[in-house]
Amino acid sequence: MSDKKGLMAWVDARLPVTSTFEKHMSKYYAPKNFNFWYFFGVFAMLMLANQILTGVWLTMSYTPTAEGAFASVEYIMRDVEMGWLIRYMHSTGATFFFLVIYMHMFRGLMYGSYQKPRELIWIFGMAIYLMLMAEAFMGYVLPWGQMSYWGAQVILSIFGALPVIGPDLVEWVRGDFLLSGITLNRFFALHVIALPLVIVALVILHILALHEVGSNNPDGVDIKKYKDENGAPLDGVPFHPYYTVHDLVGIVVFLFVFCFVLFFFPEGNGYMLEYANFEEANGLKTPEHIAPVWYFGAFYTILRAITFDIGPISSQLGGVIAMGGAIAVLFVLPWLDRSPVRSWRYKGLISRINLIVFALFFVMLTWLGTKPASGLYQIMGQIGTLVYFLWFATLPYISANEKTKPVPDRVTG
Amino acid sequence: MRNLIAIIFAIMPVFAFAAGGNVHLDKMYVDLHDEASLQRGAKNFANLCMGCHSTKFARYNRVARDLGIPEDLMQDNLMFAETSIGSLMEIAMRPEDSKKWFGASPPDLTLVTRVRGADWVYTYLRSFYEDPSRPYGVNNTVFKDVGMPHVLEGLQGKQVKGIAPVVVGFDPLTGKDIFEEQDGVLFIEEKGQLSEKEFDVAVADLTNFLVYMAEPVALERQRIGYWVLLFLLILFVPVYYLNREFWKDIH
Repeated sequence: MSDKKGLMAWVDARLPVTSTFEKHMSKYYAPKNFNFWYFFGVFAMLMLANQILTGVWLTMSYTPTAEGAFASVEYIMRDVEMGWLIRYMHSTGATFFFLVIYMHMFRGLMYGSYQKPRELIWIFGMAIYLMLMAEAFMGYVLPWGQMSYWGAQVILSIFGALPVIGPDLVEWVRGDFLLSGITLNRFFALHVIALPLVIVALVILHILALHEVGSNNPDGVDIKKYKDENGAPLDGVPFHPYYTVHDLVGIVVFLFVFCFVLFFFPEGNGYMLEYANFEEANGLKTPEHIAPVWYFGAFYTILRAITFDIGPISSQLGGVIAMGGAIAVLFVLPWLDRSPVRSWRYKGLISRINLIVFALFFVMLTWLGTKPASGLYQIMGQIGTLVYFLWFATLPYISANEKTKPVPDRVTG
Repeated sequence: MRNLIAIIFAIMPVFAFAAGGNVHLDKMYVDLHDEASLQRGAKNFANLCMGCHSTKFARYNRVARDLGIPEDLMQDNLMFAETSIGSLMEIAMRPEDSKKWFGASPPDLTLVTRVRGADWVYTYLRSFYEDPSRPYGVNNTVFKDVGMPHVLEGLQGKQVKGIAPVVVGFDPLTGKDIFEEQDGVLFIEEKGQLSEKEFDVAVADLTNFLVYMAEPVALERQRIGYWVLLFLLILFVPVYYLNREFWKDIH
């Protein structure tokens, strides 16, 4: 740094630009054996940037009132120059954000990226996921269509099932006795300012924590054990330029898929923009079938899976507890997995099968969330819920006791 | 990366669901490139529908521009409200009044095909039949007990629901259709201004126009989409080789 001259030296003496760039990019050593699954973190960053940028432009023409919201969205779609593109980038971006976040989380599960010493990275990640759900929920209310209104009505009523504080809490969140323009207005504030700030702060913490301990890899081995004469890990490469050019390839392919959906299927067959949401919110007309957006599907199914009272706990409260538990249990995952190895490559067969079964059931629960909870769907939802919790419940025992394969000293490429 | 694409394609068809419940809907071929059809649809919409239904999120001049209608023609033939060419396509009928007259206010139709689908609109408009028990003397097989009168009766003629022969199959020997008498069938009892085929075309034009109306940017969106995808395909080449160049010494 000291050999630099001119403007950069002047800045570096006052602000740690070069040293920060080196710490996090050009001298941050990442394992050289990253595979397909390691693209999703950068995709999530890309989607975050997309949501923030398009969101800023949407707010320029959006009206956050019950009277004007729906019309202002159509105004953006019709009268604002390229408004339709900005709006579709935002609505398609929401779906892809969740899609890549789910893939990113699955990567973490496969390679044990949450294990010691990366517990905090996982916890920050889960906090981002939780905040993202709140962000997406409130964002979906803003167009003030029928599904915005009734979906929010259903989700808010969930909290009404909490004992003692429930009804008052819901009223406090809504700011009214019914879901109204007051609710819309405060959701706008939270969606546009409060939650994005929290999410960005958490993303920074997520990455700072990652760069403190270093990235995991598909083998789950520690690359810092073997270093060359300069102190650089033998199995690592500087993030910049190696992974910046590498991620660029992934980004172009990802954008191709993203743009394909955006330009040719912006409604996502009614799963990204629900058909009923093209009708303005009407508090007197309940839609035939109220379904949350797909990315809430799994937890919505778990909520509805509890159809029976358990002692003093009503089925409604039971559902809320199950749903809350399903999210809460994700946070403690680093302490549930007691395996001596990180990556599933070296775990036992049962662990590997269990993870695949868990993932498949999560997909099924997500799909069921958009279906009515009756008949076969109801039973499938209950089995799925059971499997979801069983995976966490059996994890400590299975991971601690099964026979693992020897982990290599160096990454296997 | 191939996995991601495969997953997305696998998810898409699962997500198809109909907005029309369990009523059988006739398929309609939507063609937003057919400007003549869109123009005929716009003309019929302005003359037959806009007395009661607004398309209040759309503007007259945008419709004129997109459908290739000169503004003076638009003003003379498609605009009946005292308003300027740049204004929203609102109507004079007050919702309080229409609610009294029809039992429910006629909904705004800007987005109707995005809510219910083109097939629903196409089938609905062709499914009115005589029912003296209803206030306006007609009912609808797609939307039971709807408050709307059969506005297109002059064009379609008098349609009734009853016993009529229906095509149930095809006889390969004679090369003719096989008919069977069935109950609950809609058929024309008294001819209107248009033949059955002509009426279907008129309704298809109207529906086509409403599909345009629901998303006026649809064609433009796809046109830009092809260029964006082409750009990304081309961009992939240098990006791919750049990456390969950097990584060729890493083993």
